[in-house]
Order: sequence, then structure tokens, then C-alpha cells
Amino acid sequence: MTSLTIYGESFLLSVAPGIPQTETTSDAVVDYNFLLQWKQSEVDQPQWMGGSSAAATSRANNVSCAANVTMDLPHQGYRPTKPRARAAPPTADSILFDDTSSVAPAMNNQGYYTPGYNMAGPSNDMQGGAVPNNMFADPMANAAMVYGSSLANQGKDMVNKEISRFMSVNKLKYFFAVDTKYVLKKLMILMFPYTHQDWEVRYHRDTPLTPRQDVNAPDLYIPTMAFITYILLAGMALGIQKRFSPEVLGLCASTALVWVIIEVLVMLLSLYLLTVHSDLSTFDLIAYSGYKYVGMIFTVLCGLLFGSDGYYVALAWSSCALMFFIVRSLKMKILPSLSSDSIGTGSSAKPQFRLYITVATAVFQPVVIYWLTSHLVR
Amino acid sequence: MAFTLYSLIQTAILCINAIAVLHEERFLIGFGVDQGVGGFGDDPGVKAQVLTLIRSVRTVMRVPLIIVNSACIVLLLLFG
Repeated sequence: MTSLTIYGESFLLSVAPGIPQTETTSDAVVDYNFLLQWKQSEVDQPQWMGGSSAAATSRANNVSCAANVTMDLPHQGYRPTKPRARAAPPTADSILFDDTSSVAPAMNNQGYYTPGYNMAGPSNDMQGGAVPNNMFADPMANAAMVYGSSLANQGKDMVNKEISRFMSVNKLKYFFAVDTKYVLKKLMILMFPYTHQDWEVRYHRDTPLTPRQDVNAPDLYIPTMAFITYILLAGMALGIQKRFSPEVLGLCASTALVWVIIEVLVMLLSLYLLTVHSDLSTFDLIAYSGYKYVGMIFTVLCGLLFGSDGYYVALAWSSCALMFFIVRSLKMKILPSLSSDSIGTGSSAKPQFRLYITVATAVFQPVVIYWLTSHLVR
Repeated sequence: MAFTLYSLIQTAILCINAIAVLHEERFLIGFGVDQGVGGFGDDPGVKAQVLTLIRSVRTVMRVPLIIVNSACIVLLLLFG
């Protein structure tokens, strides 16, 4: 299982256990990063060298990686960075996916689109950028590679267009712009929220800050990972009790998913009916309702390690922590300054209802945690 | 209570069908008639919101429901 190194949009790679941090991951990330840079370079300027500029700059900024031994670039001195530097202000992508884990501040000053992550990033950027230039000596293979990549690019554009009809991909990207520091801090807050002082979600010129820059911002990375980990853990727990079969895994997964969907729908319905004008989008609600999987994992682990007593103690602990967390987080969003609106027509019961929604959501969490984990720990 | 995705789909179809076959006048008599109020101002109130929701669901889902129900009938006849 890889560490908490984040690959941004290629997060799926970190899920699969046992993939070593060598050529396999770097190949897959190469292609994707390569295509990303390709697309980005097409957006900024339609020239084919755009990708290598980002590669060159990121290489200068990041530590070297073992995987890049064979792919060392001779054209490190070639820096067509000036056109990119003079380009428009950095797109949302560059702000989202700059590497903030190792080089803490001021990544935005670089301004270039560098999807460079901790370990395998720089080499992949280089490989991505270098491939069309001097990968193959044979020009035919070169041309074929270039043609293939342009085909892949078109396919990617088409898929993006179709998907963006149903949901805004940029909005989704916002939720996955996390880094290791954020994930660790957030997990700490989820398990022990009592010492966290400031629960305000910070804004930057009307747009909420990405999770990288603001610990209070909701993200979808932790819920997704926790959900998958929960399913694997459920399989393991059932296997320990010799009750495992592959169908059970699918059943567990779909049950958990259905509960999430039900909860999100009920929340949306209640927010709509009570005309609560909050800025909670659907993804926000999915994020907040996915945070309970962290508590579930903790509970199941304690139940497996320490038996039935450990299970109940962990259940009580994570329920309280999660209830506190949900109430404090949603209070900021659902119960805004009551002096601004709500002076209009009737419904003096509104502040009450908002409180009811928040508390009901909070109380719903332990119920679901108990429901979904009790059958795993006997 | 083990849910499958199929049961979720079933529930959704049944609920939307229930909203679609609702008789508005008889429903409104028992619910409190708020139809005259256009809901101007900040908050239309819960009842007006429910009515708006029901009306919009009926308008939007009429045609897709026909398609989905027919597909359901065919599939259930064929596969039980």
C-alpha cells in the first residue's frame, strides 16, 4: 500500500495495494501527466514544446527520483519558459495542483502548470515532455508516438466534454486538490476535534480556498479513500470470522453507498424545503457524509483488535468526535448570521429548523456507524 | 438491512410514480391551500416549497417516467 502521497487526479493509483513505486506507477502517471501537459500547452499556446518547459522548471524545483535515471534529459538547459511565463494568469488547474507538501509557500509564484508531486512527479513530467523529442531514434516511431498521443488527447477531450455535461469537472477537481499535510491534519481533526479552534472556511476573492490551503475546506479524497478502505476492511473482518464470499463484498459496498446516497438526498431535500440558502453544494454534502467512514474504520479496527469491549469504546469515541465535528462544521454553513435575512415573511421557526437539521445530521452518524459495523464485529 | 443498488432504483421509481399519479386538488384540500400565494419575498415557507417541488417533479419526470416504466414492465415480464 503506498503512502499518503497524493497524485491529484490520478488518485486511483494509490488505492491498489502492492504496486511498487517504480516503473509501473510512473508509466501510468507518465501518460496521464503527459496528456495533461499536452492539453495545457494546447490551451496556452498551440505549440508542441510546451510540455517540456513545465518539465524543465519542475525538475529544477524538485528532488531527483530514482526512476528518472534512464530518462535523463539532455535539454535541461532548454527553457522555453518565457512564453508560458507571459501567458495569462495561472489557470485554476495550476493553483489546484501545485505541489505544496514539500515546498511549503509561494508555489503560485512559479505560475507554470507543473503537476509535480512528491516522489514520482518530476521524473514523470520529464518523461512526458521528453517522449516526443528524443525518445526514439527512429523518426517513424517518433511520428507514430506523436500521432498516437494526439489521438489520445482527442479522446480525452471528448470524454471531458461528455462528463462536463453532467457535472462540473472543475468543481470536482477542487475537492481533490489535497496534499499530505492536509490529509493528516484533517484525520486528526476528525478523530479529535475538541482542540480545533477555528472552523471557518476561508475564502479567496469569493471562491473557497482549496483544501491545500485551508484545513476546514471539505474534500472528497478522504471520503473516497475511507470508503474503499472500509470495504476492504469489512472483507477482512468477515474473512477472519470465516464468513467471507465475494458477493458479500459487493453487498457491503452497495449498502454503504446506498446509505450515503440516502443521507445526501435527505439532506438536500430538507435544505431545499426549508429554503436554507447555504452554499452547500451536492459535493460538499457528499464530502461531509463521507467523513463518517473514517470513524467506521477506526471502530472496526478496534473491534477486531480488542474484541467486543474495544468495539463499543471506539464506537462511543468516534461517534462523539464525529458528532462534534459535523455540528461545528455545518453550523458555519447552515446557520449563518441570522440578522441578514429571515426578517421577511413569517416563519419564525426557521432558525429552529436549521438547528434541527444540523443536530439530526449529527445524530444520524452514530446510527449509521453502528448499523454498518456491528455485523462485522461479533 | 442489506441494500443493493437495484433496490435503490426500485424505491426511486416507486416514489416518483407515486408523485406522478397524485391528484392535486384532493391533495391540496387536505394539505392547506396555499396556491394563491406566489411566494414572493424571501422564504415561501415549507408548504409552498413542497407544492412547488411536487409540481416540478411531475412536470419534469412525466416523459422519462413513461419510458422507465415501460422498460421495467418489459424486463419484469421477461426476467421475473
